[in-house]
Amino acid sequence: MSGLLKSSIGRKVAMALSGLFLVIFLTQHFVINSTAVIDPDTFNAWSHFMGTNPLVQFALQPVLIFGVVFHFVMGFVLELQNRKARPVKYANYKGGEAAPWTSRNMILSGLVILAFLGLHFYDFWIPEMIHKYVEFAPEDPTRYYAETVHKFESPVRVALYVISFVLLALHLWHGFASTFQSVGFNNAYSKALSKFAKVWAVAIPVGFILIAVYLHLNQIPH
Amino acid sequence: MKLTLKIWRQKNAQAKGQMVTYPIDGIDGDMSFLEMMDVLNNKLINEGEEPVVFDHDCREGICGSCSMFINGEAHGPDRLVTTCQLHMRKFKDGETITIEPFRADGFPVIKDLMVDRSAFDRIQHAGGFISVNTSGNTQDANSIPIEKADADDAFAAATCIGCGACVASCKNASAMLFVSAKVSQFALLPQGQVEATDRVLNMVKQMDEEGFGNCTNTGACEVECPKGISLENIARMNREYLSASLKG
Repeated sequence: MSGLLKSSIGRKVAMALSGLFLVIFLTQHFVINSTAVIDPDTFNAWSHFMGTNPLVQFALQPVLIFGVVFHFVMGFVLELQNRKARPVKYANYKGGEAAPWTSRNMILSGLVILAFLGLHFYDFWIPEMIHKYVEFAPEDPTRYYAETVHKFESPVRVALYVISFVLLALHLWHGFASTFQSVGFNNAYSKALSKFAKVWAVAIPVGFILIAVYLHLNQIPH
Repeated sequence: MKLTLKIWRQKNAQAKGQMVTYPIDGIDGDMSFLEMMDVLNNKLINEGEEPVVFDHDCREGICGSCSMFINGEAHGPDRLVTTCQLHMRKFKDGETITIEPFRADGFPVIKDLMVDRSAFDRIQHAGGFISVNTSGNTQDANSIPIEKADADDAFAAATCIGCGACVASCKNASAMLFVSAKVSQFALLPQGQVEATDRVLNMVKQMDEEGFGNCTNTGACEVECPKGISLENIARMNREYLSASLKG
């Protein structure tokens, strides 16, 4: 048990489980974001709850940050190990003949998502932390919708979000379906589960794109 | 057929190798790839040059000796065949064919296209066996009933010839398809249960020590495997490993 995280299979399972955790997080993030399109008051209420509830702020948030950091640090460690496993490259390597692009370029899509996380933290998380825990500004439960809408005023920012979500979809296309294989689940139900994972991998990022574009097109005065 | 061959030539394990171009003529489409290599080597010997070194033995797809990374794929462009079963009719007249050794840290080049695959032997020694007391009162294997589906899966896993195409094809040079086949062929049978925990732990430990990469479920190994070993075996090995780790 002790050496589990040092072994290739242990690390593979850890990548799968942390990825699965992030899939669950993305689902709840999408559900809350979608209320911005459906009903701004509901969006404000949920955002206020998520932003002020001590359990969310001081228990779930650190777990989420750990999950994200673990997933990308382990991803880098495994990528370096994998590169080391073939020190002399092939002159001619037809990787595309046997494996899809998405599965062979997880590090590339992952790096784009990591860069996006930097932008996303700069846009939302860091200002929130300063607002709440540095300036100790008084809480206004109705501020969230207007703040979010204004963030999507710039078409460049919307474009960056759209590109990132496309890469997120490509990352999830391989990643989500592949978690089941990694944890040892490969049986008669695997094909159906893989199809569900691939539908989800496209639906959630497309949903995020639609929300970003909707907010960009429905700006409210400052 | 007239062909241009670009072949990796390397004097020995320490030497720096390079791709060398050889034109070749008079190749028949019904020749196997290795027969084409024989024609080339005869030509090289007649011209006083060093022949190209490559592994081969049975030449009927069962020994797992032949390797070669042909035009970017292990055992060439055909499916479910080893290099010795690959026919020259799969190539076009006038084509340029690149021929490289299987590349992996765990498979160092010995000379030209010949690589050292003894890492697979060491993985097998670490646990790819069952211990049977042969003192004279050994139980007849047929007296232990085995589900047909399990017997079929175990047999399918056991058809792995250990050629290393999975390692060669994987972008991470991972050996998990090979190791999982060797774990599965025993994990599915009652005879394999006695040493099941130690087997998977020791074989995976040895695999990691040999410098193979990690599996990222690209599935390239399954596509390029000459014996069609399924990814289901890797999932089974993952299950076996997790349960063994929790026990051990």
